[in-house]
Amino acid sequence: MAVTALAASETRRVPIRLRKLEDERWLALVLLMPTAVLLGLFIAYPFAEGVLLSLSSAKVGDPGEFVGLANFAKLWDDNIFWTSVWNTFWYTGVTTVFKLGLGLWLAMLLNRHFKGKAIVRAFILLPFIIPTVLSTFAWKWMFDPTFSVINWTLFKVGLIHARINWLGDSDLAMASIMVVNIWRGVPFFAISLLAGLQTISPELNEAAAIDGARPWNRFWYVTWPLLLPVTMVVMLFSVIQTFADFQLVYVMTGGGPANATHLFATYAYQIGIVSGLLSQGAAVSLAMFPFLFVIVVVQLLYIRRVETR
Amino acid sequence: MAEVSLHSLNKYFDTTHVVKNVDLQIRDKEFMVFVGPSGCGKTTTLRMIAGLEAISSGEIRIDNTVVNAVPPMDRDIAMVFQNYALYPHMSVASNMAFGLKMRKFEKAEIERRIKRAADILGIENLLDRKPRQLSGGQRQRVALGRAIVRDPKVFLFDEPLSNLDAKLRVQMRVELKKLHERLAVTSVYVTHDQVEAMTLGDRVVVMKDGIVQQVGEPLELYNRPANRFVAGFIGSPAMNFADVTLADGNGRVTAEAQGLKISLPDALASRARSKAGRKATLGIRPEDIRVANPGDSADHCFEAEVEVVEQLGSEILLDTRVGPALMAASIDPESKVRAHDKLRLVLNPARLHLFDAETEAAI
Ligand SMILES: Nc1ncnc2c1ncn2[C@@H]1O[C@H](COP(=O)(O)OP(=O)(O)O)[C@@H](O)[C@H]1O
Ligand SMILES: [Mg+2]
Repeated sequence: MAVTALAASETRRVPIRLRKLEDERWLALVLLMPTAVLLGLFIAYPFAEGVLLSLSSAKVGDPGEFVGLANFAKLWDDNIFWTSVWNTFWYTGVTTVFKLGLGLWLAMLLNRHFKGKAIVRAFILLPFIIPTVLSTFAWKWMFDPTFSVINWTLFKVGLIHARINWLGDSDLAMASIMVVNIWRGVPFFAISLLAGLQTISPELNEAAAIDGARPWNRFWYVTWPLLLPVTMVVMLFSVIQTFADFQLVYVMTGGGPANATHLFATYAYQIGIVSGLLSQGAAVSLAMFPFLFVIVVVQLLYIRRVETR
Repeated sequence: MAEVSLHSLNKYFDTTHVVKNVDLQIRDKEFMVFVGPSGCGKTTTLRMIAGLEAISSGEIRIDNTVVNAVPPMDRDIAMVFQNYALYPHMSVASNMAFGLKMRKFEKAEIERRIKRAADILGIENLLDRKPRQLSGGQRQRVALGRAIVRDPKVFLFDEPLSNLDAKLRVQMRVELKKLHERLAVTSVYVTHDQVEAMTLGDRVVVMKDGIVQQVGEPLELYNRPANRFVAGFIGSPAMNFADVTLADGNGRVTAEAQGLKISLPDALASRARSKAGRKATLGIRPEDIRVANPGDSADHCFEAEVEVVEQLGSEILLDTRVGPALMAASIDPESKVRAHDKLRLVLNPARLHLFDAETEAAI
């Protein structure tokens, strides 16, 4: 309103070619332009390039030619690819459940009053703040069979009698990288859910207590439904990130042992960059897209429903 | 059916002592109002009765059972919060049903009770709405409904009307009174508004700085305030106070100040005589002052200069200056008075109050 009013009052002094900006549709277009250009340049263009690449037979040093869906057909018969698909879902599912559970638990603890709360809260953020590569190297060292603190501790406590080769066994390796992912992701859940909890008036819990609700019922009927919109958004972010995770697996296992812990991203890197089969790698990472798309759409629809309740 | 009693009740937040040695018996079916300025500990006391705040020392009994260690859900009370505290994600009906559902009532019984409460409060057509789709007054009714359906031993109210606009507040005040007459459940009501206290309370507790100043029926507080604070807090417009010196001579006890010399009536005089020569505070309500007639005894008259004239229709409120003191007087609306007029006023000696200058207790 203010903008149009101002524009109208200055009509006479504005050059003709700028008059168009008085129309809000043109103005909106102009204002949107920078964003559109940036998005196009850095998201749409690479995406389109990726699609073209996946439809070609490009290798390192060889632009290749159009081959249609040949790369995808090859993936269909690729056992390692299907292992990575399964791994990615399993990895995302398990870690999200744990991150949500632990994060919620921490958030509820932090939502109470106690001495030193500020320090604890800052401390909890640490895994989130330390660069992933750095912290993952530390974890890798801890999981090392020969020198690691984990084996040493378990040994001293008497829980194990032989070294466990954490990253050398395919199941243990998967569990290990999940532990690190959970460790890294819990702070984000905890802090975001804490912010959500703090928007819920304590009076509601008090009213419920007076209404006869025991602590579990207060959580289930009051806190949880009111926290749900925040929870869903946090889950959405986390799922997208976890689904496309790269650094952690790359540093911990590099996809091994024997390709047992590959996710979409690490496998795409393995094929596309390490083996130099660019088009094949592009196909792997594009294959992630429909899966992620479905997950995100389902979640967004659910968030919409929760929020308009 | 319940009495509530507080014995030597104390509350500390860390080292701050906010409720101090409160002793109180609330009778069965009584509507007890806690009134006092903001921060005096009313809400804290109410929350201790509800079980939402731990008791530092003392004892609370409901129906002769000590409830100090009983959690809120087992005290069989219902509370109406200042900000309503309706569950925002539940419909009006679910809000009301929640307490019954938690207590495992049968579905038919829940529906019957909701219907009855909705009927009493006139919210039948709102049952499917969410709290955010309601106006402040409607939310207030739902909050009341949520308390009513429970059919509890005690109702607790924490400033339930303070978020409503003035007109609605008066209307709801009347409805609350009717509701209490109809349901006859022991109620504890917290407010900072002395009008609400006077109009709603069977008895009123006046609190200040965590200390109970006086407990009594509204008229008792109005006519015989126990101290200067209660005198000034109860009644609107507020009581006038003037610093006076007491004098005993010629068989009369007088209260004197610059421009003021008032003879005390016999009963008051006999209590004040021993304090002759000492300072005191004289109190008189604006409605107990009027313009003097030629026949009025000089013992109770004084000269005043009018500073402000407020015509209210039903009365004229005068702000006057008497020596160094300010006196408000409520006089006949037909009087012809203007600012800066010099008037001779007379006060009703039977309605004089006198307070000790140091202890502030009524003499
Ligand atoms: N949770 C709390 N922690 C510390 N001080 C509090 C707390 N709640 C209330 N107080 C203090 O206790 C005093 C009484 O508060 P309250 O009972 O809410 O007063 P009222 O309801 O009469 O306005 C106030 O001085 C307030 O600041
Ligand atoms: Mg209060």
